[in-house]
This record gives sequence, structure tokens and C-alpha cells, in this order.
Amino acid sequence: MTSTRSIGKFEYKKPGSLRTTLRILSNKGADARILAGGTDLIPQIKQGQISPSLVLDVKNVPELNRLDWNEDRGLRIGAAVPLSKLLTFVAISERYSILAQACSVIGSMQIRNRGTIGGNICNAAPSADSAPALLCLGARAIVASKNGNRKINLDDFFMAPGKTSIGADELLVEIEVPTPPAHSAGCYMRHTTREEMDIAVAGVASFLTIAPRSKKLKEVRIALGAVAPTPLRVHGAEALLIGKSVTERIIEEVAEEAAEEAKPISDIRASAEYRRELVKVLTRRTLWKSCEMLGIEIQR
Amino acid sequence: MAKYSVVGKRIPRIDALSKVTGTAIYSGDVTLPDMLYGKVCRSPHAHAIIRRLDVTKARSLEGVMAVITASDVPGYKNRSPLLLVEMPHLAQEKVVYAAQPVAVVAATSIEIAEKAVGLIEVEYEELPPVLDVLESMKPETPPIYPDLYTNFIARPPTDKDSKPSNIAYHISVNRGDLEAGFREADLIIENTFRTQPIHHGYLEPFAAVAKADVNGKVTIWTQTQGVFTARQMIAEFLGLPPTQVKLVPVEIGGAFGGKSYLPLAPLCALLAMKTGRPVRMEMSRDEVLRDGRPAPGSVTTIKIGVTKKGYITAASATFIYDAGGFPEMSHTMFVRGNTFSQYKIPNIKIEAFDVLTNTVPVTYYRAPSTPQSHFAIESQMDLISRALGMDPLQFRIQNSTAEGDTTPSGEILPKVGFKETLERMAEYLRQKGSLQGENRGRGVACGFWHGAAGSFGAYVNVNIDGTVTLVIGVTDVSGSRTSIAQIVAEEFGIPMEAVSIVVGDTDTAPWSSPSVGSQTIYSLSHAVYRACQDAKDQLRRLASPRLGVPASEIEFANGQAIFKGDTQKSIPLAALGRSSLGFRGEGPIVGRGSIAGLPPAPSVAVHAVDVEVDKETGKVKVLSYAVAQDVGLAINPMSIEGQIQGAVTQGIGWALMEGYVFDRGKVQNTTFLDYRMPTATDVPMIDTMLVEVGSTTGIYGLRHVGEPPMVGTLAAVANAIHSATGVRLKTLPMTPEAILKGIKKQGKS
Repeated sequence: MTSTRSIGKFEYKKPGSLRTTLRILSNKGADARILAGGTDLIPQIKQGQISPSLVLDVKNVPELNRLDWNEDRGLRIGAAVPLSKLLTFVAISERYSILAQACSVIGSMQIRNRGTIGGNICNAAPSADSAPALLCLGARAIVASKNGNRKINLDDFFMAPGKTSIGADELLVEIEVPTPPAHSAGCYMRHTTREEMDIAVAGVASFLTIAPRSKKLKEVRIALGAVAPTPLRVHGAEALLIGKSVTERIIEEVAEEAAEEAKPISDIRASAEYRRELVKVLTRRTLWKSCEMLGIEIQR
Repeated sequence: MAKYSVVGKRIPRIDALSKVTGTAIYSGDVTLPDMLYGKVCRSPHAHAIIRRLDVTKARSLEGVMAVITASDVPGYKNRSPLLLVEMPHLAQEKVVYAAQPVAVVAATSIEIAEKAVGLIEVEYEELPPVLDVLESMKPETPPIYPDLYTNFIARPPTDKDSKPSNIAYHISVNRGDLEAGFREADLIIENTFRTQPIHHGYLEPFAAVAKADVNGKVTIWTQTQGVFTARQMIAEFLGLPPTQVKLVPVEIGGAFGGKSYLPLAPLCALLAMKTGRPVRMEMSRDEVLRDGRPAPGSVTTIKIGVTKKGYITAASATFIYDAGGFPEMSHTMFVRGNTFSQYKIPNIKIEAFDVLTNTVPVTYYRAPSTPQSHFAIESQMDLISRALGMDPLQFRIQNSTAEGDTTPSGEILPKVGFKETLERMAEYLRQKGSLQGENRGRGVACGFWHGAAGSFGAYVNVNIDGTVTLVIGVTDVSGSRTSIAQIVAEEFGIPMEAVSIVVGDTDTAPWSSPSVGSQTIYSLSHAVYRACQDAKDQLRRLASPRLGVPASEIEFANGQAIFKGDTQKSIPLAALGRSSLGFRGEGPIVGRGSIAGLPPAPSVAVHAVDVEVDKETGKVKVLSYAVAQDVGLAINPMSIEGQIQGAVTQGIGWALMEGYVFDRGKVQNTTFLDYRMPTATDVPMIDTMLVEVGSTTGIYGLRHVGEPPMVGTLAAVANAIHSATGVRLKTLPMTPEAILKGIKKQGKS
């Protein structure tokens, strides 16, 4: 049960440089919360879930507003780039359709105008829509502190609901997404009770790379949302497909294995049993759709 | 309708511009100098005895100006609080639902008020909560109140054998010979249907601002569906004569029946009286969902018998409504007039119960009790037509009532377009053709609303520029000002722009019943019509000597009083308005009109919906939706279409996704994320067909329109899901998970 109340007193800072931001974090990181779009942070403060003594607004930090792409380095998304801006970036729709698809269903238009992809992953909700797509794309989080930068593979990023591997003195600067290899495709599908402005009851992203001649699968990534304490890849299910030609039967086995690997809970949105069923259905559907995108004919 | 020039036109709402530009004033916008802020301390338990309640610490906090508890409420002296209706019930010896108010604080800031609430010390002794109506009804279940007897609230019946009960109200109806009726039947089907408590989902949370003046008169700004009834109820709570309380109308951000309840205004007024300073109170969305009253959940068992040819021979039904923690808002009282009235049923038995539980008390929501009862009735009608292999609309047409038939309540039906509306839908579906595609299905259902009528007054002033001002005491919850302005414009033969409407406060406006039961336009139009005729008679008397024609030969058009025999003989209303004030005038032209005791003009709405069900996830997509409704006469078709589309959208939410989730009586989903209402992406364009079978009692033949379109939605959607999947769901909401469970179970059997 959530109960909104008036917000308690806190210090608000809006530094204009990364250096200042990191200096503040090195001193007061433990009591600070980062504000970008605020679409998760402000409701959490209002509902009394957190009461930071310092709110650090990072929207004026230039490094966090970067948005660019090149073939070699891939896509670099500043942590404070609003989702709606990301969605209008040409490279996204041309090369990262799975990410565009996932980000376009987050919240509502108003939320996407404020909310950021950095916030979506740092909030570390199991249901974060961008996470399964980013996991499939092999994204890395670039994290900075006074002592320097480090890269975290997204596979090692999510620790628990609301918890990431970012330290108290560290800041997510950008997300790096490698350019997807040739002959690859994937998609994200989720189930919500309401069509829009809802939170995923279960979400699945699948991403396939094929060997062009043999049409066998070279690389397979399947990631789930809202069915475990964190967004997660289902390595067992992925392994069943690697090096194989796609058949209806294998897809079915993979879907069942993905459902097996999920660790869903029952809550007011759905039962664990139903969530597991959804993982099966959505895994199957994303695989079929991905094959269709790649022009693979599935053997029946 | 060629015979009218403004009535029947599609006119945008006159309040639309101020609302979309944000300039309209709502309760929460009212600010007064030196204003204090109030906050409610609520019970964390669904059922508990209050062992100790200590407000000393809260009172001594700097900035706290008053803390009140039940012992401060004048209206509670020598009277059971069970008799105070639609009020917040400040707990006395015990709390009967989670979130029940226990104390209220006024402080110089909202932060201080919240802090003070945290300092209030309450020791509870928890009691086992009664959460299920069937459990609560059992004689061995301890009664929640020692002084509540069925149909005798807070005053024991003289019959010495009666015992207190959790059944607040019980009605029964018996007509004909039920046993004989069922013996005549070739097919008898019996089922039990359940619905969940549901929230209205109005956008605007509750708010109130109150001040007490030096003479002790209390003025209150708050959203309410009826300023005069609110005045009466608040005056009783405060122990003041009604005219010592003044309600000032403000705009209402959605009501749907939920804003007759006054959860803040009386508390706010009492705090203003105690402190001598203005006080504002507002609810958060969380508070609205915990203590803004829902529509009741229900359990209905229904049995219908038919002949092979599809004629109903007998029906019996038991309707049980979950009243929550207080008995005041009875739903059984609507059952008699609103169930089984659309079908000829010679033998019938109805039982209805309002049953108390330790959950949030309920209130009325768009056709109270009736969507729930029709979910059962119209699902059952669908099951029977399937069993008989009959077209569901033909089955209904064949059994529909006609003028002069007696309803279960014993009332003789006036003319209602049952057949016309059903046939209109049948024709629509014939033209549309049958539904193609896998996992798709069509459902139809029929909804009836008996309607209500109230007492209303109206004044009209004809101004010196020929414009007309109407003064009423009706708060506008559904576009009523626009439709009423159309009637005034029609009657005076002036354009819409020449009509202005003032919704007065309770000191200046004529008495009005609340805007409930779809009675507003239906009843108010009589008072307004009469006020118009009164003013027109005065205008005729002024015009007659000037035109040299008899007063009875004068009519009104194009802003003029005109001689019927020669339209060249005319005089502008402006000239008459001015001359009324002159030496030869009779003084200002003021028309007045009143109405009471009008018989209702029942209405029927027929629904048809096409859905597609995802057989692997259970998710329903509503493909198309159509409603045909007998509206009598559409004053403003656009406004009625909006009403129908809004009602259907609310009904789709009720059917598919909405519902309170309780844990030991405490509401768990107190945000609009998890109290899930449909958005525009969940509903298709809703087609509307306005059938105009004029009523004999409404001005121009109009009928009640706001509530009827809600009634049939739940069953229509359930029937469509059955068509698409073969799965019959008898419990709402029909979530994807529930539907999938049904599909899987079916696969096994």
C-alpha cells in the first residue's frame, strides 16, 4: 500500500559538469539520489519509500546528454537523454529496432518526454521494459567516479529489485550498445492487462544472429522482464538454439526452457503460474517474429 | 427534429473552454486568507475496538490549531451515527473498516498537519474482520453493530424475537405462482454470478474549503452532486439549522454517483468552526481509493425457466450486495424497480440483501445495483438463447414488455421503446453482417434503467439587452448546463449565446434535488420550461398593447416577440426588457418554475460487442461496440453520444480489468497503475444509435439518458467472450488470467 505525503526537506543541486557531480558524489553519495527525468524518483519520495537528504539533478551534465552512433563504437546514449529524444534518433530506428520497440512502450508520452533510459535501468525494476532489449544487444553501462571510469556488462548490472552494481560514489554516464552484427534481428513483446500506460506482467526480448549460408543460428539471446527479481537472460534456453536450424519443435522446447528458468512471483498483477505461462508464449512469439524478420523459414 | 431550432442540435458544452484552458474553478482551487490545512488520521485495521485515543501530543505540536475526534461532533450527540448518511464516520468505540477516520487535525501547514497525525496515539484491539457477504449473513456470525436490525437501522423493532444482524436491508417480491411457472418450463437454468467492488475513477480527488463567520454561519466550497442535500447533511453533522450552512457550487471533475458522499466537507467545516479560521482539506489519490466509496460487489443467484419456443415462464433471483462497513447506501432499494422490467415474466420471485462487511462502505455508481444485476440477468438470457438455439436478440424481442405491462414492483409500465430499440440493433447487426475470423465472438445484452425524478426550481430573468439568464441550484456533472441552455434558447427563440446560466449557492438559488439517477435534465427541464412560460407570459402582456394584437397571438423567434398572424408585427426582446423597467412597465421580467412528483420515464439500451480473444494469453481485444438507446428525444445528440461512449468505457473497465484488491479488508491497489481503468487504446470507436420513442412525461418527450448505457455492458462483454472462446465467465473482472484458466480447463474436459 502506498500513501502519498508531502515531501520532506532535502538539498537540491544541479551541477553543470561531470567533475563537480563526481566530487559531490564522492562526499555525499550515500545520502544522495540522482535526478534525471524524475519519473521514478519523485513518486518514490512522495510515497515515503526513500527520503534522500540530497537530490542531485544531472540534466545539465554535458556527458550525460550525449547521443551518437558510429559503426565501430556503436550507440552511445547519455544517461539523462529523454526516451522521446532517443526514439527520434535515426540510428535507433534503423539499427536498433528492438530497443526502439521496448522504449516506445515505457509509461506514456508524457513519461517518455521526461523519463530516461538511464533512469529506467538504474531504477532496476524487474519490469523495466528497456532492460531485456539492452541485455539482448550486449549493452554496457559506462560508470564514472572521482577515481575514474569502468564498464559494466549489463549482464552484471542488475543485483536485486531497485539495486544495481553502481557504487554510492559512482554515476551512470552513458550506455554503450554495440552495433548489431549483420544478419541479426530481434524483437520485444510484453503482456499488460491495459494496452498502454501499464507495467509489464511479463516481457520477453529475443535476438538472433544467423550464419547467412547455413541459415543456422550463430548467436542467440533471450532476456526476460518482470518474472524474476531482476531482468535476466535465460542462458539454458539460448544454448538450445545455438548452432541449430530453427524448427517449430526447437522453438517450443526453448520456450518451455525459458519458462522453466524464470523465477516469477505472485502479486496483485498476476500469479506466478500465469507469468510462467506468459514467458512461454512470449518467447515462442518473439522467436517466430525474429525468424520472420530474418527471412528464416521455420521447419514444421 | 425540424420542429425545433436549438433543441436537437449538436452543441459543444458551454463549460468546455474554461475546463480545457484550466480557468474553471474546482474545490481544490479555492484559497482564502489565513487558511489552515486539515488532515485525517485513519484506522490501519479493518475491524478493531479503540481502547485508547490520545491526541494530547498532536495538539501541543507548534502550528496545530485543532484536533477533533468523534466526541467533538455535535451531530453524534444523542443519535446513532448510523443515521447520518454520506458522511465520514469518525470512529467512536470501534472502527469498522480500514481507513476509517479516527481524528482530524487542522494546522498552519500541511506538513505540520501530517506530522500531528503521526503523533495521535491510538490503541486498537483487533477483532476478526468479516470480509465475505455469505459468511456475514450467517446467523452465527457476530453482528458488526449491536443496534442494527434488518430494515431497522439503529432502532430495534418492537418484535422481541429480532436479533441484531449484518443484513442491513432485505426486500422480497413475489408475483404469480413461481412453482407452477417452473413446472410449465421445458428448460430451467440456474447460475451464480459475482461482481467486484468498483471505483468511479473520477479524475478530481475530493477537496473542501470551509470558513465560519463571526455570526456562526458556515460557508463551504466543495464538489457535490447536490448542494442542497449536502447542506442538509452537513448541518446535521454540525448540529446547525440548515440555513446556517451555505454551500457554494464549484466545478466537478467527474462524479458518476461518487460525489454525493462528503468525506471531507463536514470535517473541514467543524475544524473551521473550532479554529475560527478557513480550513482546506484535500485527499490524495491513495486516500480516494481507500476511503472514496466504491460501488458494491455482488453475489447473484438466478434461475429462469422457458418453454421450448423461448417464452419465459418463471424467474427467481437472489441479489446480495456488499454494503461495506456502514448500512446507509442501500442498493436493494433499487432492485425492485430495475430488474426484470424489460421482460414479460408471469411468475417471479426476487430477494435482495444489503450485507455489511468490514470493508470500505459503498456508495452509488451510475445506475446503482443495476449493472451488477444485469450482469447476471443478461448473461443468463444469453445462456438460455444458446441452449434453445435462438438468436439472442430475437429471444429478447419475443419476451420484451410493452406499455401497460406490470413490472415486478407492481408498477404499470409507461411507453418505453423496448421493441423499437431491440429491433434497431437487430437491423444494425443484419447490415453489419456476421463476425468473421478465428477466436472472435459477438455478444449482445439489454439494459434497463427505471430512472428517478426530483424537486427542482428555476428562475429566468429577461435582461435589458434581450438576453436571458437562468438561475438554478444544480451542479453540472454531465453537461446539464448546455442542454438546459438549449431549452431556454428554444423557448425564447433566441440563440444559445444569448442564454447564460448561473448555478447559484444555497442562499441564492432555488432548491434542487441532487444530480443523480439521470433525473437532472428530465426533471429540471420541467421547472425551467415553466419558468420560461411564466416569463413569456409577462413578455406577451408587455408586447400586446405595443403590437396591438392579443397576448395569446404572440410567439417568440429570432429574438423578437411576433404576431402569429403577421410576422411584420414584431418587437425585439431587448425593447421589451428595457420597457419592463420603465414607467409603463410591470417591473423586471422574472419567470419562475417548479416541479416535483414527476413519474420517471424509464429507458432501455441494447448493446452489441465484437471481441477477439488471444487464446494463449487470455487477453481480450474489443473490436467494435454499438449501443442503441431509447432516449425519448435527444436535446443534444453529441452530449448523449458522449454519455453512451463514457458509460460503455466504464463498463468495459468493470468487465475486464478494474476491481479493488483487498488484503484482510485493506485496499491494496491505491494508485491508477494498479487500479486499472481502460484508456483510449483499450476501447474501439463506440457506435451509438439514438432511438427516439418520446416519453409521455418528459418535456419534448425526453427520457433519462446518463445511466441506462452502463447497465448492459458487463454481460455484453461476457457474452462476446463466450462466443469467441466457449468459456462462460460468471465472475468479474474477466482478466486475461481468468480467461486463460477457462480456456485451459475447457481443453482438458
